[in-house]
Amino acid sequence: MTKAPTRSTQPDLLYSEAEDDLRAAVRSLLTDRADTAALLTRAEAGTPYDAGLWKALAADMGAAGLLVPEKLGGQGASHREAAVVLEELGRQVTPAPYLTSSVIATEVLLALDTETPEVADLLAALASGRTVAVLAVPLSASPYGPLAAGESRVPGVADAAAADVFLVLRSDGLYAVEAGEVGVEAQTPLDLTRPLAAVTVPGTAAATRLADSDAAEAAVRRGLLAGAGLLASEQLGVAEWCLEETVRHTRERHQFNRPIGSFQALKHRMAQLWLEVVSARAAVRNAADALATDSPEAALAVAIAQAYTSRVAVHAAEECVQLHAGIGMTWEHPAHLHLKRAKSDSIALGTAGSHKEALAELVDIEAP
Amino acid sequence: MTDAAELRTRAEELLAAHPPATTDRTTFLKARFDAGLAWVHYPKGLGGLDAPRSLQAVVDAVLNAADAPDNDPRRIGIGLGMAAPTILAYGSEEVKERFLRPLWVGDEVWCQLFSEPGAGSDLAALGTRAVRDGDDWVVSGQKVWTSSAHVARWAILIARTDPDLPKHRGITYFICDMTDPGVEVRPLRQITGEAEFNEVFLSGVRIPDAHRLGEVGEGWKVAQTTLMNERVSIGGSRIPREGGMIGPVTQTWRERPELRTHDLHQRLLTLWVEAEVARLAGERLRQQLVAGQPGPEGSGMKLAFARLNQEISGLEVELRGEEGLLYDDWTMRRPELVDFTGRDAGYRYLRSKGNSIEGGTSEVLLNIVAERVLGLPSEPRNDKDIAWKDLAR
Ligand SMILES: Cc1cc2nc3c(=O)[nH]c(=O)nc-3n(C[C@H](O)[C@H](O)[C@H](O)COP(=O)(O)OP(=O)(O)OC[C@H]3O[C@@H](n4cnc5c(N)ncnc54)[C@H](O)[C@@H]3O)c2cc1C
Repeated sequence: MTKAPTRSTQPDLLYSEAEDDLRAAVRSLLTDRADTAALLTRAEAGTPYDAGLWKALAADMGAAGLLVPEKLGGQGASHREAAVVLEELGRQVTPAPYLTSSVIATEVLLALDTETPEVADLLAALASGRTVAVLAVPLSASPYGPLAAGESRVPGVADAAAADVFLVLRSDGLYAVEAGEVGVEAQTPLDLTRPLAAVTVPGTAAATRLADSDAAEAAVRRGLLAGAGLLASEQLGVAEWCLEETVRHTRERHQFNRPIGSFQALKHRMAQLWLEVVSARAAVRNAADALATDSPEAALAVAIAQAYTSRVAVHAAEECVQLHAGIGMTWEHPAHLHLKRAKSDSIALGTAGSHKEALAELVDIEAP
Repeated sequence: MTDAAELRTRAEELLAAHPPATTDRTTFLKARFDAGLAWVHYPKGLGGLDAPRSLQAVVDAVLNAADAPDNDPRRIGIGLGMAAPTILAYGSEEVKERFLRPLWVGDEVWCQLFSEPGAGSDLAALGTRAVRDGDDWVVSGQKVWTSSAHVARWAILIARTDPDLPKHRGITYFICDMTDPGVEVRPLRQITGEAEFNEVFLSGVRIPDAHRLGEVGEGWKVAQTTLMNERVSIGGSRIPREGGMIGPVTQTWRERPELRTHDLHQRLLTLWVEAEVARLAGERLRQQLVAGQPGPEGSGMKLAFARLNQEISGLEVELRGEEGLLYDDWTMRRPELVDFTGRDAGYRYLRSKGNSIEGGTSEVLLNIVAERVLGLPSEPRNDKDIAWKDLAR
């Protein structure tokens, strides 16, 4: 009889003072520079990214290099700090290639032989925020499914339009391909704040080989796992904003000569949501800490955080729209942006169901 | 200032003077109380050392490592979690000295005479009367759902001392002697077949004025201390993964492949994740308390565990299929403790229905979260300025 694994050391589930400071800095940058109206205008024009904002966040603030050790040109911080940045980006549904470049692509490269100059140079460029790299897989790719190597057209690649470099998995290894060599065909995304494109890499494209196929596959899986783990923090940020805005709105809005927030039918729904958000925070902190400490339980912690938080973010966003009612259905109000982000996040990097299946194996709860 | 090193030394001295292997349990607990290591944040002489609450963990670690006997919070839960903090805040010196030591050691079990047939969620509507008679109060009325009343030596009691005032203002708080001839305890048989609870009939019970906590008419304020501590005491302890109700059902799943179905698999996985997340949220709350940042999450934990216990035990009955149609024992007993792990799934299913009622219903807790945590407006009330005797009943 097998027992579920238990870890010996306790995870640190709180935020450090440095993390609180980082949060404050990112939040003030985003409130100054990424308001909803501007975001909508850019998204409608088909150019959702704000290059100045990316430079301020990724380069000036150093957020792009949080996961990269100092000797490789980064900040030498960890997943705990990157998770805080993602919480804030989630709150504001900011279009920025942070998850794709600073987390997933960076994590893939870190899992390779960083002594190789090609890998080291690219990592340093990503860490500086000057270069954006995107792993050429669909946003829906899960860390557990089969990895399609060498496909010529890859649909649903997130942030492809912002990429300078693509990481491309071919049957004989992993390659870096400059954006100029690649066909990028924009798709219409459900989530306007995270653009998707079909990426075609011609067989003739000039490419730099980074790793052989075994190392490549392991690195890509690690990138997707860390991405899924930190995506949960973004989902927490989305949920938190939705709850806060809903509470604020229902305190101010009057119907029947009362603030609607005094109706118990609404209060209970928000209290329930609060409980879910508080619980999700523990789960996502656990995942970020497990990734940061390279815990043997990292895969389990990520699966738990994803299986739980995906649902919470969608629930929060759906409640946000419903309790705002008419105004929540309008294009001007940001609620729809959060709903779209929450819903597409629930498919990104593995659905809650796929994470639960992975977990079933990890804790020995076998299917019939 | 008492620091961790000093507490560690004191705990080691206690162990040296009273080796757990050769000391009887009660003697050890009394010595521990007298050494100030019972609840280190309590005052000196009352089982504590005026130390920060977070340092209790240091003492517990040393004593656990030596396998020292501990008091049993399950048996003395109401005394420990509710009566003690209220006595500490409102009791006279004599009252504190008389009651805290036997309470902590477990010599005297406490119960809580709050709820009444007509006053549950709306506790402040209670009708049990206390009338002044010289140095005593004379109390009459009926309480209900009283856990442990059949084994309790003492009770915390709230009663109405002025029916002409609005309901919150005419209440006074007392310590009631359960051996008074006017106290009659009758078992209340419950959904599980046994009687953990009681109805308590009070007729002409005499309580000395010295056993009043707080001022006359200030009982509601005193009761708030009790109720706040009731919520804090839930969800504070550290549990291992699969440590709660999810444990037995997951074990059954692992050991009995013939019971598995696809539908049950999905539901079990969902609940496993939720139980683990609730456990992590409890752990995060504990870390916040240790770091001196108490959060409001405590009120949430009770809500979460109530729902989880009910859903998990419900799933477990179903998982057992044919066996789920059976029940282990309907004998009317009067247990001192809830036995969640010693009984079958059916018992767990039925008993956990109380988790969303005892200590405040989930509906009432959701109101509290909405108003005190989220700052949502309270509902309009029509009972604030009406004398208790004129309220609708
Ligand atoms: C297992 C168990 C152990 C207990 N132990 C003790 C004990 O040791 N000592 C003690 O004094 N009491 C004890 N109680 C009593 C318990 O505190 C009360 O049962 C509880 O507060 C609810 O009161 P009630 O049963 O009168 O239900 P009611 O107050 O009549 O509630 C009925 C329903 O109405 C809902 N409701 C009521 N008011 C509101 C509102 N404002 N908003 C929304 N919904 C509302 C409730 O949630 C519930 O669903 C225990 C109860 C149980 C079941």
